[in-house]
Amino acid sequence: MTTVGLFVPCYVDQFYPKAAIATLELLEKQQINGGPIQVVFPKGQTCCGQPMANSGFEHLTKPLNEQFVEQFGAVDYIVSPSGSCALHLKEHLHSDRNEDRATATRQKVYELTEFLTDVVKVTHLKARFPYRVGLHQSCHGLRGLHLSQMSELVASPFSKPMQLLNMVDGIEMVNLDRPDECCGFGGTFCVVEEAVSAKMGKDRVADHVRHGAEYITGADLSCLMHLEGILRRQNSRTKVIHIAEILNS
Amino acid sequence: MNHPQRAEVFNRDEDRVDWHDKTLWWVRQKRDMAAHKLPEWEALREAASQIKHNVLSNLDEYLVQFEAHAQQNGVTVHWAADATEHNQIVHRILVENQVTQMVKSKSMLTEECHLNEYLERNGIEVIDTDLGERVVQLAGEPPSHIVMPCIHKKKEEIGEIFHHHMGTEAGLSDPQILTGLARTDLRQRFLTRRVALTGVNFAIAETGEFVVCTNEGNADMGAHLADVHIACMGMEKIIPKREHLGVFTRLLARSATGQPSTTYTSHFKKPRNGQQMHLVIVDNGRTVQLGREDFRNSLKCIRCAACMNTCPVYRRSGGHSYHTAIAGPIGSILAPNLNMADYADLPFASTLCGSCSNVCPVKIDIHQQLYKWRQVLVQQGHVSASKAAGMQAMSTVLSNRRVFAVAGSAGRTLMRWFPGIVSNSLNPWYKQREMPEPPKESFREWYEKNR
Repeated sequence: MTTVGLFVPCYVDQFYPKAAIATLELLEKQQINGGPIQVVFPKGQTCCGQPMANSGFEHLTKPLNEQFVEQFGAVDYIVSPSGSCALHLKEHLHSDRNEDRATATRQKVYELTEFLTDVVKVTHLKARFPYRVGLHQSCHGLRGLHLSQMSELVASPFSKPMQLLNMVDGIEMVNLDRPDECCGFGGTFCVVEEAVSAKMGKDRVADHVRHGAEYITGADLSCLMHLEGILRRQNSRTKVIHIAEILNS
Repeated sequence: MNHPQRAEVFNRDEDRVDWHDKTLWWVRQKRDMAAHKLPEWEALREAASQIKHNVLSNLDEYLVQFEAHAQQNGVTVHWAADATEHNQIVHRILVENQVTQMVKSKSMLTEECHLNEYLERNGIEVIDTDLGERVVQLAGEPPSHIVMPCIHKKKEEIGEIFHHHMGTEAGLSDPQILTGLARTDLRQRFLTRRVALTGVNFAIAETGEFVVCTNEGNADMGAHLADVHIACMGMEKIIPKREHLGVFTRLLARSATGQPSTTYTSHFKKPRNGQQMHLVIVDNGRTVQLGREDFRNSLKCIRCAACMNTCPVYRRSGGHSYHTAIAGPIGSILAPNLNMADYADLPFASTLCGSCSNVCPVKIDIHQQLYKWRQVLVQQGHVSASKAAGMQAMSTVLSNRRVFAVAGSAGRTLMRWFPGIVSNSLNPWYKQREMPEPPKESFREWYEKNR
């Protein structure tokens, strides 16, 4: 049986357990090559190390890396409901103790929508979400993991999250003026560069609201947490929801 | 003031931020439209990147080749190790020709070297002839953008600057009329100045020729009317052969403004009879950057500014917030090379969204270099003690799952009981955003009970 290790980012574990539960349930329903998937949650996991690394402290992430390799070394796939954390692991997971094992671990990391589209090859979903929804393309998923085609390149369009969302009953996706502009979260950027970060977030939110989105969804809760903070400050009726919750609805 | 402080000031006028953002986003959209008309766009970017790769790997030989060919053409070649030497060379040429006035077309290198200030201190009057540069020169400001130097100014403000400095009618804001007035004023300068300085966009090693791209023809007006033409170039401007030029000219204007080519793409080879032509080739930190493997590719830059126009941070913080001659993402990876202490803030003025690297016509891995500069700056001690302590604490908590579980649970409980400990004005997050609502149980607590 195929074993999938669920990696739940630290802030999702603490602040957005519903998204992690939806991810778990969604994965448990899937099959690979006609066989079921066993989803495990290694309990010693904490964080991918990105908050430190993006702040210039990658050298402090070594114990986290060793911990990650130890926790996830044995599974067939590692799936995370966060493009940003998945990208960080793929690019920066190394080990002084056993680099071969770290490399093997790094290579089996998948973001959730990427895993569903490319490995599980999902063709239909039993999900219903009768709302107007705007998709926020988080940058690390978009430009780092190439979950969708970015507007900067002269290349054929595609979108893994959109492909999955289009399988959901009743959903109405809204068009945006700037479909892949950054929301301004950016890890510690959101506090170090508070003025620009908040302005970027306000502009992103306005694009969704202007087009009548009742929900903003995406594959990264870090961006959604930032956008949610702005929506709630504005007393907006628009809410954020992780894509796993829609696909599992 | 550092970038976040300057950006905060810029953001106090939100309407202006919106206007600045929309103006530059429109330039990005024009770039997209132009790029999408060329099915071979991505191949072109790759070719340009590879040609520059070859240049950087063989720069020493190409420079010597270029010098020899330029000299054969009758051009006087000067070498400047740094900004000071560059400024001294230009000044010496002016003194030798007994000239105290000069026209100058756009050259970011001279901004980098602070040539205008140097010459003015030495009694030389410099008139910038690029319209945008002329506007900021009159306003007493540095350019805020490398292609559109006064993009931060509204047309009404430009009318005011012209009124104040050129004595034009008050209250003008029609771009056509303002441009006409500047042109009349500049024409007189072109006709009377004996020395003209230009930048260089491309220098061709096999022929010793160089190319200057403008939209206003001001480089040509200056160079063709003057007795002395001084062209200043960073040493990375080399391309090996004439046949490579088309790759770059096709990319440059499309990336910069969405035009198929610059209005004037002027090729200079040798001085006219009786004219002097000088080329000043400048290092100013480029050799050091070439030696830094992780950052070498930044020298591929052709100064199109596509990375600025696409940058969501640049658009909402303005070029002056970068407090360096070259703003935006590319400036943020170039500036620390010159001075880490002064520019330690710039690699952090980014969300690492990666848009810059993907519009870059020579495929510089800009956002990856921003990430790498952050590591270097921290290692070299350009970081506050409080941030370093915070990061160490974070690492300690996250490296131990039991501490993490306890800290998380305690933190959420505290947030539920006393929301004020995080939702207060000392927390930068809370200034314009609500904190997430802490759930009763974490995922791992739920998992223990349910699986």
